[in-house]
Amino acid sequence: MKDTMTAPEPPLLELRGVEKRFALDQSLLERLRFRDGRLRMDRREVHAVNNVSLTVNRGEALCVVGETGCGKSTVARLVAGLLAPSAGEVRYAGARIDNQSRRDLAPLRRRMQMIFQNPYASLNPRMTIAQALEEPVRYHNPDLAPVDVRAKVLEVMQAVGVDPSWRDRYPHEFSGGQRQRIAIARALTVDPEFIIADEPLAALDVSIQAQVLNLMLEAKVARGLTYLFITHDLSVVQHFGTRVAVLYLGTVCELADTATLFAAPKHPYTRALLSAVPQMRDGMPDHIRLKGEIPTPITLPKGCPFETRCAYADQRCRVEKPRPQQQRDGSLVACHAVEEGRVD
Amino acid sequence: MSLLSVRDLTVKFAMRSQTVTALHQISFDLARGERLGIVGESGAGKSITGFALMKLLSAPGYIDSGTIQFDGTDITQAPEAQMRQIRGNRIAMVFQDPMVTLNPVLTIGQQMVETLRAHRKLSRRDAQEIALTKLREVQIAAPELRLKQYPHELSGGMRQRIIIAMALLLDPDLIIADEPTTALDVTIQADIMELLLKLCQANKVGLILITHDLGVVSQLTERTLVMYAGRIVEAGKTREIINDPQHPYTQGLINALPQQTLPGQMLKQIPGAMPVLTDIPPGCPFSPRCAFALAECRRLLPQIMQQGSSEVACHEVNRLHSDLLLEEGR
Ligand SMILES: Nc1ncnc2c1ncn2[C@@H]1O[C@H](COP(=O)(O)OP(=O)(O)OP(=O)(O)O)[C@@H](O)[C@H]1O
Ligand SMILES: Nc1ncnc2c1ncn2[C@@H]1O[C@H](COP(=O)(O)OP(=O)(O)OP(=O)(O)O)[C@@H](O)[C@H]1O
Ligand code: SF4
Ligand SMILES: [Mg+2]
Ligand SMILES: [Mg+2]
Repeated sequence: MKDTMTAPEPPLLELRGVEKRFALDQSLLERLRFRDGRLRMDRREVHAVNNVSLTVNRGEALCVVGETGCGKSTVARLVAGLLAPSAGEVRYAGARIDNQSRRDLAPLRRRMQMIFQNPYASLNPRMTIAQALEEPVRYHNPDLAPVDVRAKVLEVMQAVGVDPSWRDRYPHEFSGGQRQRIAIARALTVDPEFIIADEPLAALDVSIQAQVLNLMLEAKVARGLTYLFITHDLSVVQHFGTRVAVLYLGTVCELADTATLFAAPKHPYTRALLSAVPQMRDGMPDHIRLKGEIPTPITLPKGCPFETRCAYADQRCRVEKPRPQQQRDGSLVACHAVEEGRVD
Repeated sequence: MSLLSVRDLTVKFAMRSQTVTALHQISFDLARGERLGIVGESGAGKSITGFALMKLLSAPGYIDSGTIQFDGTDITQAPEAQMRQIRGNRIAMVFQDPMVTLNPVLTIGQQMVETLRAHRKLSRRDAQEIALTKLREVQIAAPELRLKQYPHELSGGMRQRIIIAMALLLDPDLIIADEPTTALDVTIQADIMELLLKLCQANKVGLILITHDLGVVSQLTERTLVMYAGRIVEAGKTREIINDPQHPYTQGLINALPQQTLPGQMLKQIPGAMPVLTDIPPGCPFSPRCAFALAECRRLLPQIMQQGSSEVACHEVNRLHSDLLLEEGR
């Protein structure tokens, strides 16, 4: 019988109130401002990620969606430890990882691998495919014999359809889809448990996207991988994600199971986003029109970040930030209008 | 009569070591006010087709053979002076990156007024009036202010709207739009697509829309060309092509979309990738990836033929149709 008394396993990844601000590069002159009768130094900042809290449980694929500049890549880089948060905590398997030195993080590097949009940027152009794939294995297993390194790499190459005859060729000799395949193989050679993928399909053609997405699905099932999957493509989210976080101006406006989100989107922004996806159906769908365009994350709206474009915005929305509220179906929604029942 | 009639258009690139063919004998027609989509994957030859129609191919690319009848004249034979009149005045082009068209050191107003005055005898004031009208047509807020702004002061979505306004400045007969919304967010893309559709319908402007997004084509166009490795492999009504694709490549392209498979299931992928121009296989260029390929397919290039309401270049489709005809004849 199952032992129900053990403490629940902590989520594999947890973000608690994570913030990331970037200082804007400005000359001294640009930063001097005359305000309240005095000359002051203005420190302008980009508020890329604002108070983001989320969890990813083992075996899940959490998709992060949103439009250009909403902070998706910044979230990915915060999780991967490539950026330090300005505030808040990043926890991995229960332990804080945001305040550790690079050396302390080394063992974690193996468990967590990152895949980028542009595989060309992540593959060293002067290394052969074999060198690129063997390097991380050797780095993380310094005691492994060369034959075993080669065997490990061969096994992964075969698993993800990287032809062993590619071994001695260089990245520029491959197409975008083949390179992404190689990048995935490289991530898998060290047997990670968690993959952070930042727009891994965005640079690929439809027929190649399908190949790469299948590869990632296969790896998920066969290796029990957990994913943080960043994308702006909602059809990919619907297919691949188990849960979805919708990001707007660095803030999570809705977090829900994938099926729930697509069946019953609640936040006015999520609704607009879903309605705007071009469909392969007759005629123009009646998409929800938003006023204006996404404001810059330099001067954030005081209240709800979506307030400037939202059809439901009222005085409260303009002054008070909505907090994520649990809905009856389990999703989290940060919207005053939803809370007040003003959105049907 | 068609506004545009392209016959056997062949485009080549003279490379150092060899000459490669980027477009193979493309033929299609466009009626006045008709909206045509060109779809296909990266490198299929979509943009090259657009450039060739404007006679804007730059070396080493050139039109090798074929004709492009535009409103009765074969523009492959037109001198550059005449082409300059046609471009802008009768055919306008909209690119994915608005900065290809916009001059960063001139204000929006200066650029619009200059374009107008280059083609029409107009006072500065009248030109400005027309520019304002066009900006209002593309629903730009505070158009007077925009005229005084520089391109970098505007957002991506606003720039693309301005490009559409500039394309409409001289009331062209045809707009060629190459991935006009690809760089935009979906909420902005939806607005721009709607705008483009409305303007084309209202002004009876023809549209050639180049994109890799079948959703975009489905919503904006009446007819579609599917391109593969520099050839048209299927052409027909957009609805028919989306709902009942005949060419195995078109079928594969549609079936590979995530929406076509239940969540979490393996997608129906097409194996392999489109060949590069220097390495086109003999016979049907799709044969190495095609599940229906027979020996004939690997040897003989299929000609594009009328099959029902679409035109298709595929031996398998031909086989199917002749079998059907045989049965009907029995
Ligand atoms: N190193 C940096 N310095 C300053 N600002 C930055 C930096 N990195 C990101 N930003 C800003 O932070 C915001 C979020 O950027 P991010 O790259 O996370 O967005 P994104 O959602 O990944 O967008 P995209 O879909 O375009 O990739 C943007 O406004 C961006 O300009
Ligand atoms: N200047 C050039 N020299 C040589 N070959 C070229 C040149 N420009 C384009 N090509 C080739 O012509 C073919 C068609 O290119 P084209 O730009 O039309 O593709 P496309 O269908 O528009 O693709 P995408 O979706 O990536 O824009 C490609 O194989 C490309 O490599
Ligand atoms: S909180 Fe207000 S402004 Fe924000 S999404 Fe909800 S209704 Fe719109
Ligand atoms: Mg990004
Ligand atoms: Mg192109």
